[in-house]
Amino acid sequence: MATLELKQITKSFDDTHVIKGVDLEVNDREFVVFVGPSGCGKSTLMRMIAGLESATSGDILIDGARMNEVGPADRGLAMVFQSYALYPHMTVEDNMGFSMRLAGVPKEKRREKVLEAARILQLEPLLERKPKALSGGQRQRVAIGRAIVRNPSIFLFDEPLSNLDAALRVQMRIELARLHEELDATMIYVTHDQIEAMTMADKIVVLQGGEVEQVGSPMELYHHPRNRFVAGFIGSPKMNFIDVALVSTAAEGSTIKLPGGETRQVPIDGAGLAGGTALELGVRPEHLALDEQGPMEGRIQVLERLGGQTSLYVQMDDSLLTIMADGDVAYRVNDSVRFGFSADRAHLFDAEGLSLPRLHRHPLAGLRRQDNRAPTDAVDQ
Amino acid sequence: MTTSRTQSVPGVSASPVKRSPLTEALLNRRLWLGVLGWTVALVIFFPIFWMVLTGFKTEAEAIADPSLIFSPTLESYAEVQSRAGYAKFAINSVVVAFGSTLLALLIAIPAAYSMAFLPTRRTKGTLLWMLSTKMLPPVGVLVPIYLLFRDVGLLDTRTGLIIVYTLMNLPIVVWMLYTFFKDMPKDILEAGRMDGAGTLQEVIYLLLPLTLPGIASTGLLSVILSWNEAFWSLNLTSSQAAPLTAYIASFSSPEGLFWAKLSAASTMAIAPILVFGWLTQKQMVRGLTFGAVK
Repeated sequence: MATLELKQITKSFDDTHVIKGVDLEVNDREFVVFVGPSGCGKSTLMRMIAGLESATSGDILIDGARMNEVGPADRGLAMVFQSYALYPHMTVEDNMGFSMRLAGVPKEKRREKVLEAARILQLEPLLERKPKALSGGQRQRVAIGRAIVRNPSIFLFDEPLSNLDAALRVQMRIELARLHEELDATMIYVTHDQIEAMTMADKIVVLQGGEVEQVGSPMELYHHPRNRFVAGFIGSPKMNFIDVALVSTAAEGSTIKLPGGETRQVPIDGAGLAGGTALELGVRPEHLALDEQGPMEGRIQVLERLGGQTSLYVQMDDSLLTIMADGDVAYRVNDSVRFGFSADRAHLFDAEGLSLPRLHRHPLAGLRRQDNRAPTDAVDQ
Repeated sequence: MTTSRTQSVPGVSASPVKRSPLTEALLNRRLWLGVLGWTVALVIFFPIFWMVLTGFKTEAEAIADPSLIFSPTLESYAEVQSRAGYAKFAINSVVVAFGSTLLALLIAIPAAYSMAFLPTRRTKGTLLWMLSTKMLPPVGVLVPIYLLFRDVGLLDTRTGLIIVYTLMNLPIVVWMLYTFFKDMPKDILEAGRMDGAGTLQEVIYLLLPLTLPGIASTGLLSVILSWNEAFWSLNLTSSQAAPLTAYIASFSSPEGLFWAKLSAASTMAIAPILVFGWLTQKQMVRGLTFGAVK
């Protein structure tokens, strides 16, 4: 069992308020990802959980016990640093066994635990090496191994993959997900990369300016973003925002007037808003479609052919929209195109940037990562 | 130098192989830098060379017209040795130089640790203030320190000299260690803290091994500075605790200057530190450039 609870955590450096009152609950065995642009406070928040930084106010509870005054080593946590922070003068084995050496664990016992972690991470042939003789991916695994031998109740990862090249990053991502299954531990992971967040998290915490914007499962954030910031941050390429005006509202949804004058109904609850209210329509690039009868028109500025797909950057009025189209589209730069959007997948944001509630909850919004597993698991047991 | 020499490559081409003007310029540059470097080195080395030579001359030869040709003699060395025991002074020098260095490191490591890893708003100011004390002429505090030493019975003791040398070198030692510690990635110490290391363990297991080249070169510098120090040793010691600097000075006596003996004594005084410096020069250079390239 390992749960973590943050209650009204704040952090200030002199007059700068880095964290402005964060409440969060992390359940046992959950994989929670803190994501946000740089400077949003996600690393500071993690360092406070680790005990490397003290909270200015608020409570940090691990398994229900207040940890604010407990030292980093006694919180039962282990951390993997962005720079790996391996001890350069020690061998891989000594790096992984350092915490046990400090704790006075006898040598044989130490070796046993190190070997066990090395087996999980396929590090056995490298135990005698020094960090500088290892590749980036191997160093990363040693850093994870150093965390594993401590047998922590919660693992903390501070942007662990950002120093790796793209191919290795994908591989380590898969390895970390596998590790989470194998170790059955609670993990907290900080990243600025929303793809890492989407692929690994049970629960994503989106942070901006020291505040939590939204907490939820990846599919929840994708389909039901709470505000414009989350909508724009989650999903790649970024969501498009189009200025529209509300025409009328009804039980089946709201009717909006698009640029160019046509109206469309979207299944979103606009109750309480007056006709003519200026809103923003949010549509992801994958939900915009080229369509000769489509309600909107624009001029292609840039065309990126990826083979299977083509990204079209289309200028409409003052905004540049991204459209994911088929890989074989025959358009060229400067062509004028008409396009439509799937109303079921559209979002509406009010003047404050908050989303208007959608009438139907997306069927996958409550999906947890474990639910992706094939049902054969259940048969095996 | 045959920089403009041309060659023909047989069988391949009849055209001469010429160095490009850029290569030419670079070679010239290196040549001149080399000449300059050697000149400076020789100018610096010459007094030492001349001192060693003079040490092997008789007193008469020493004051005669400078000459490279003479019959070397150990007369001066014998005389110097018979008049005052070299060993006693040398031991004092060793004890005082290494003692003060150890003491300075012992004080400076915790000081530099806190300044590098737990800085406050006043850390930079404190460092500058420490350095500024080095700008004060030592004569300015001679009388108070002399009186203080007399009252507590530290005059002419090695302990007294160790204390003075420690204080004298402390600002430099703290500064150097501070810059070395600053270069140490903070993450590594934090990883240690996550692994359960207290401050002392952090320093012993992680900080010291990783900054050893820096600490060694700082120590070496401190030893050399203490070894060469003359002002305080002349003023605070007389017979018991006098180091080699006082020993040399004793040869410029009221009876007159004895160049040959003075040179012999000086040669003996610098010999140990010269050998020491020679043996450790690699460490020294490595330490001084430590952290420059990651």
